[in-house]
Amino acid sequence: MQPGDSVVIERVVLDALLAALRERGYETVGPTVREGAIVYDEIRATSDLPAGWTDEQEGGHYRLRRDDREALFGYAVGPHSWRRYLEPPSLVRWRGRRVDGGFEDDLTPGPPPRYAFVGVRPCELAALLVKDRILLGDPGADPDYRSRRESAFLVAVNCGSPAGTCFCVSMGTGPRFGPGFDLGLTELVDDARHDFVLQVGTARGAAVVEGLPHRPAEPADLTAAEAVLREAEGRMGRSLETEGLKERLERSYENPHWDEVAKRCLSCGNCTMVCPTCFCSTVEDSTDLPGTRAERRRIWDSCFSIEFSYVHGGSVRTSAGARYRQWITHKLATWHDQFGVSGCVGCGRCITWCPVGIDITAEARAIGGPAEAAGSRP
Amino acid sequence: MTIQSFEKVLAEHPFFKGLRPEHLDTLVGCAANVRFTAGDFLFREGQRIDHFWVIREGKVTVEVFVPNKGEVTIETVEGGEVLGWSWLFPPYKAHFDARALTHVRALSLDGACLRGKCEKDTVLGYEFMRRFNQLIVERLEATRMQLLDLYGDDDAR
Amino acid sequence: MTTPDSGTAPVAAPPDPMWPEPFEVRQVARETGDTFTLTLVPKVGSQPHPFAPGQFNMLYVFGVGEVPISISGDPDRPELLVHTIRAVGATTRALQKLKRGDQVGVRGPFGTRWPVDQAHGQDIVLVAGGIGLAPIRPVVYHVLRHRALYGRVVLLYGARTPHDILYARELRDWRGRFDAEVEVTVDRATIEWQGGVGVVTKLIQRSPFDPSSAVAMICGPEVMIRFASLALEKRGMTTASIHVSMERNMKCAVGLCGHCQLGPHFVCKDGPVFRYERIEPLFGLREV
Repeated sequence: MQPGDSVVIERVVLDALLAALRERGYETVGPTVREGAIVYDEIRATSDLPAGWTDEQEGGHYRLRRDDREALFGYAVGPHSWRRYLEPPSLVRWRGRRVDGGFEDDLTPGPPPRYAFVGVRPCELAALLVKDRILLGDPGADPDYRSRRESAFLVAVNCGSPAGTCFCVSMGTGPRFGPGFDLGLTELVDDARHDFVLQVGTARGAAVVEGLPHRPAEPADLTAAEAVLREAEGRMGRSLETEGLKERLERSYENPHWDEVAKRCLSCGNCTMVCPTCFCSTVEDSTDLPGTRAERRRIWDSCFSIEFSYVHGGSVRTSAGARYRQWITHKLATWHDQFGVSGCVGCGRCITWCPVGIDITAEARAIGGPAEAAGSRP
Repeated sequence: MTIQSFEKVLAEHPFFKGLRPEHLDTLVGCAANVRFTAGDFLFREGQRIDHFWVIREGKVTVEVFVPNKGEVTIETVEGGEVLGWSWLFPPYKAHFDARALTHVRALSLDGACLRGKCEKDTVLGYEFMRRFNQLIVERLEATRMQLLDLYGDDDAR
Repeated sequence: MTTPDSGTAPVAAPPDPMWPEPFEVRQVARETGDTFTLTLVPKVGSQPHPFAPGQFNMLYVFGVGEVPISISGDPDRPELLVHTIRAVGATTRALQKLKRGDQVGVRGPFGTRWPVDQAHGQDIVLVAGGIGLAPIRPVVYHVLRHRALYGRVVLLYGARTPHDILYARELRDWRGRFDAEVEVTVDRATIEWQGGVGVVTKLIQRSPFDPSSAVAMICGPEVMIRFASLALEKRGMTTASIHVSMERNMKCAVGLCGHCQLGPHFVCKDGPVFRYERIEPLFGLREV
């Protein structure tokens, strides 16, 4: 077996896959139902997966519904992304203790956690590759991310259940996965069968599959998998015209529409907390009560807070409109300059989890629509 | 100093640079040579001053006396610059004090004389007013920058 | 990823850029009412951190916090890390209270440099406002040390009042040299002040440099940078030969935390020194 091969496994074999990964020392993490949402957590068996659940998503709206197909991956994405495992929301980056007249390091980095992510959606796989460009670009800049990322085993799952806020087709990131996975699944579920077409992405993926009951994928299996993806492509809830979008946004720094968005935007930062590509963080230094031990943490931060742009004397972006402009212009325009790709993978989380349903696709249209908005800067 | 050298001084001064020789010739008739030693007042606030000064060398402060605070310097004018625009409009009274900070050599140009010549030769008048306008705009821009108090950081004090 | 399935051996990583390295305070010298200069030396057994003019360090006070501070010392004496700091927040005030022998954590140096090497044979025009003289001082040291490599050298410095002038003694020394033009002006003064009063842009108008063969470096508040570059353009310089140092919120200093973004640029690694033509389009825009 080698990368590029496709086989078929039955649903029950998925438990064996999880077990095989755990035997290899991976902590298996995947989707599970908690507090009315599909979130990521440790999963020990397929019984932990959201079997028979699907999600209903719209601007500012998320509901779980029963789905009688009993699919294990019959939903889009929830509020979590893998970011929380590769860049934990609060991470100790340094520790020191006071010694005579000064201080010394007091942190021995342990081995990184070894995660196997099970159920990585194509949009999320694309987001991981975007993150790699950012955090692995300068070797050594983020050793913690590097070690976590290099240790992670990725089981991707093609998406057959896009939600109302999805637009991965516009962003070229789904519903079928691109490269980057160790193993890639396509779920085939109907009254007659519940199987997975399994694509092997890497040699270490192949090694895992070799120990599992499987049969070669027949043309009929591949046709069935293809049909699932065709159907999903046609069910995108949103779309985003990306042609010329970067240039339109760059011309729109002074567009009056920013003030319109500001009337709705609560500056809560939810969009940045659910976004799988957002990477902003802050550095927080603290001490224990006696002041003998100090700690430096990296904590997720959001460009929607006023403090984010604080320079002595005041903040650079004081208005909500300027902060929204920063966020969307960064995602869809300046990200290209910085990392050579868009910062948006079309997962739709920022639309769903915005308390007032601000829609990145609608705002991008309103700001940089083909009909040049009044007040835009030449 | 001879009339001839007045003309040379004016021609070489940045403010008059590029002025036609016949115009320079006309202006020389309004000029007089002046010197001040450090501490001398060139003029005092409220004083009628129907002159302006073409500073050749030295430094002059433009100041205002603020009760309880003393003299506050608004700006300094140095060799290569001109000082004074009160001569342009009645009642030809100074708004500030001007004091030599160092030894100062200058030409003083008589306001009444200049106004007469500018009225008579409107080409000269236009050229002259254009230069004074530029000077005033530059001083206004500088004053606006000072108003911004750029280096001050009040909440840091 | 291509890591083997088991026994993951991470590639030997360079030192973690988030770890502060202890340096020792050699001196804390008062400059003005709220500004002081901190001289640091490597702790015994530590290596000096060579730097280029324009770069900055992150200075850490144990348990209090960390701030980005430009390096204002002599690049030819890297064993001394010199920073001039205005006490404006918790960390900078804690730095102000340090005594000889105390320790400060240092990360750096970070960021881009002033184009001193590209300016050989040309006139050097340095325009500084307020505490903006601190990041310019390494250029002065460098240029005066390697004086023959440059044409005319002009330093134009504007401060708020005579009391706010940084490095007053050094400015006097530099003024006394025959191979450098040093002009100092203040925004306001009382009569005791014997120097110029007026804005720094006015000094540009009559400064003796050749605009067709000059490299300008500006550091100060953003509004001053805008006005100063306008004045330089009026003299005939182009925005390609004007360089400016920018200030934004810097937390990680390695381009990963996102705080210091200025349009597409990360000020911590694409800056703080920028060729003016690169960022001029962003300058007129608000809250970028």
